[in-house]
Amino acid sequence: MHELGVTENIVNISLTKAGEAQAKKVIRINLVVGELSGFVPDCIQFYFDFLSKDTIAQGAVLHFESVPAQLRCRNCSMIFQPQDTLWSCPECGGQSVEIFTGRELYIESMEVE
Amino acid sequence: MKKIEVIQNILEANEAIASRNQQLLDKHKVFAINIMSAPGAGKTSLILQTLTRLKGMLNIAVIEGDVASTVDAEKVQSEAKAVVQINTRNMPESCSLMAAMIESALKDMPLDNIDLILIENVGNLICPAEFNLGEHKRVVISSLPEGDDKPIKYPLIFVDADAVIINKMDLLPHVDFDIAAFRRSIVGLNPRAEIFELSSKTSEGIERWCFWILEQVETHVGKR
Repeated sequence: MHELGVTENIVNISLTKAGEAQAKKVIRINLVVGELSGFVPDCIQFYFDFLSKDTIAQGAVLHFESVPAQLRCRNCSMIFQPQDTLWSCPECGGQSVEIFTGRELYIESMEVE
Repeated sequence: MKKIEVIQNILEANEAIASRNQQLLDKHKVFAINIMSAPGAGKTSLILQTLTRLKGMLNIAVIEGDVASTVDAEKVQSEAKAVVQINTRNMPESCSLMAAMIESALKDMPLDNIDLILIENVGNLICPAEFNLGEHKRVVISSLPEGDDKPIKYPLIFVDADAVIINKMDLLPHVDFDIAAFRRSIVGLNPRAEIFELSSKTSEGIERWCFWILEQVETHVGKR
């Protein structure tokens, strides 16, 4: 629902970085998106194709690396992947957990020429 | 072909504006609370109750975020020191307030005459969790008719909350809402969140909530 602004940022960051590297074309942008972040890759791709038109990033491939949600039990420190919506520790049954991974949203790297 | 390392947070632009907003607020000794909930959980009613209860103690301004209309701004107009309505319908994103929208709203506010800004976010439990506005505290309201499973279904917004309000407590005899289960979910996700049970309709519990606000404002800006 809010991917347009996010995609504008992706286009801006990649054009800036490509400019710094004196690149003529952006071939590929590698993005890291956590499973818990509310961003939909298909939606980002759709906006990207529109926003990158007539820039050196036009036609670039967006590659999304999804980071699974991992939680850490505050009771026994076990790190685990939650099963469906129940966020309880498989080791001790504790229900007090913190998010360890899964909220990422960043550009990891780019390929340019 | 050449590979460039980037490692740059895509939400950085929003974060940068949010941090500028907070600096501006701090400079003017203004405390800001971001109030988030699903549509209809009672954000506006709670703001009205809060305005009435804290009248004479704090100068309070309100920023109203809605997809469309000025209905909410009109409701709070007479009680607030200043009101700015943001309509997100014509913005690139309509599902949440974002730091840049708050930045423009702050330009229209007499910050030196304000102690507290209550920011009413767009009714939504998903998107507002991702966008820092520059607020000092984040509050999430859940109301009894929504059911006690919201922290399980929408964990992110609760994970970052400083306070969680259980609203519409007057409906408890009529709905199946397990208060203990809801509290357990919140404590599990976010043990530092304060939990308030209240009813904006009957005013039950409003005092404790207002006391918490006074305490936060006093601790943060050292004035009242």
